[in-house]
Amino acid sequence: MNAMTPQTRQLVRMRGRSYVAFVFSPVVPVAGWLEEVDATLARSPGFFVGKPVVLDLSALDLSSSGISHLVSSLEQRNIRVLGLEGVNEAHVTTSMPPLLTGGRNCMLAENERKDMPENRASAKEQSKAKPKPASLLIETPVRSGQSVVFTEGDVTVLGSVGSGAEIVAGGSIHVYGALRGRAMAGIEGNASARIFCQKIEAELLAIDGFYQTAEDIGDNLRHRPAQAWLAGDVMRIEPLN
Amino acid sequence: MAKVLVVTSGKGGVGKTTSTAALGAALAQMGQRVVVIDFDVGLRNLDLVLGAERRVVFDLINVVQGVAKLQQALIRDKRLENLWLLPASQTRDKDALTEEGISRIIAELRTRFDWILCDSPAGIERGAMLAMRFADAAVIVTNPEVSSVRDSDRIIGMLDSKTVKAERGEMVEKHILITRYDPGRASRGEMLSIDDILEILATPLLGIIPESQDVLKASNVGSPVTLHNADSPPARAYTDAVGRLLGDSIEMTVPTERKGFMSRLLGRKAA
Repeated sequence: MNAMTPQTRQLVRMRGRSYVAFVFSPVVPVAGWLEEVDATLARSPGFFVGKPVVLDLSALDLSSSGISHLVSSLEQRNIRVLGLEGVNEAHVTTSMPPLLTGGRNCMLAENERKDMPENRASAKEQSKAKPKPASLLIETPVRSGQSVVFTEGDVTVLGSVGSGAEIVAGGSIHVYGALRGRAMAGIEGNASARIFCQKIEAELLAIDGFYQTAEDIGDNLRHRPAQAWLAGDVMRIEPLN
Repeated sequence: MAKVLVVTSGKGGVGKTTSTAALGAALAQMGQRVVVIDFDVGLRNLDLVLGAERRVVFDLINVVQGVAKLQQALIRDKRLENLWLLPASQTRDKDALTEEGISRIIAELRTRFDWILCDSPAGIERGAMLAMRFADAAVIVTNPEVSSVRDSDRIIGMLDSKTVKAERGEMVEKHILITRYDPGRASRGEMLSIDDILEILATPLLGIIPESQDVLKASNVGSPVTLHNADSPPARAYTDAVGRLLGDSIEMTVPTERKGFMSRLLGRKAA
């Protein structure tokens, strides 16, 4: 592979990206809950300015007009709602923020780390109720120290994955070069994920939390095309041909 | 059109400073106007290798901080009138470097020189980051051993993500320079082969510099190896590499010692 091949065509790329949002979970009575919000704002005005806010209404049973009213009440307080969660789809009108699904809890501090690894990519289906299969294609070698994180599906690498690099995927991992770094597939509990590579020299392979280090990978497999998958609680690694 | 070339590696002791001096001198010998900048603030060496250590008055940090003008800090080589040095400070550390300062200096040097060679310090911290920050091209110095190759891989990743060019969506032109290569040991399998290195790094090769006593000898007398003994194997290898940098197509060989009859009989001295 020649890393210097000039690019002749700029492709239009669409990328998924995940963001951290505050989730508000109003409770009945809503008027009382809004008073709590006012009290918070009085203590630290501007706390929510510029921060994405998602409204989780699963604890309430509101009609369309009820939802609209709540959203506009928050807007009057300068809190802009990015999306809704836990609402019957029939109650969501086009003038309202979109319905979100598939949110996960996370530590806020962790996502505010400044030293995010390079080439980090992750995606999230935010607006569709039905998740679409997703995959990430990387056309360059993944270098030592780089970390590619893609929790929503498969990762395909056309070059090699260097020693000290890592690929983390929600689905399977395909490497059409030498895999010398770490590959972690099926990280969100997908036991059917697999790892494929043209040349196995990996430091670590993991599928759904089960892992093997370079020590455990048989010498007879080294430098050969191979795949790894889970057979129950056992990771199997076998040559591809 | 001036070109900013960073000489980098990640790992220390692989020959960045030696290579910067040799490449800089060879470029200057070919009539190019060259300035070499030592980014190794606090542990400067390039002045010694170029034999200019007794003429340092102002340094890079003085210019960054506006204490001295660029003109006052530049030192002209005594042998090559086209070769200039911007030395590092020995008394400060790399935190004294600022991106704005370096940006200003590089912009000014671009108007006066054809080649601006940045000698990067080892590591991936501030000094190394700023040395590569404004690069148009990079020479990644690699020894034929696994730790050096992995560090080079890391540095290539950073060249592709942390430079101004990369942030603009362009590509820094990258070249691998393999130094301290011993064909004998490589053939016995005691070193990584050239093919192994290139396969791992997936980057074009600029040259192969053989392991040689001439390199040490030249450093000790404060002369770039390409000037000190132009006929020595490492000097010929560096000169070929510079030819390739300038766009000539030169066959890739590993220059060896031109041995006389006696040296063939008495090849190696017993310890």
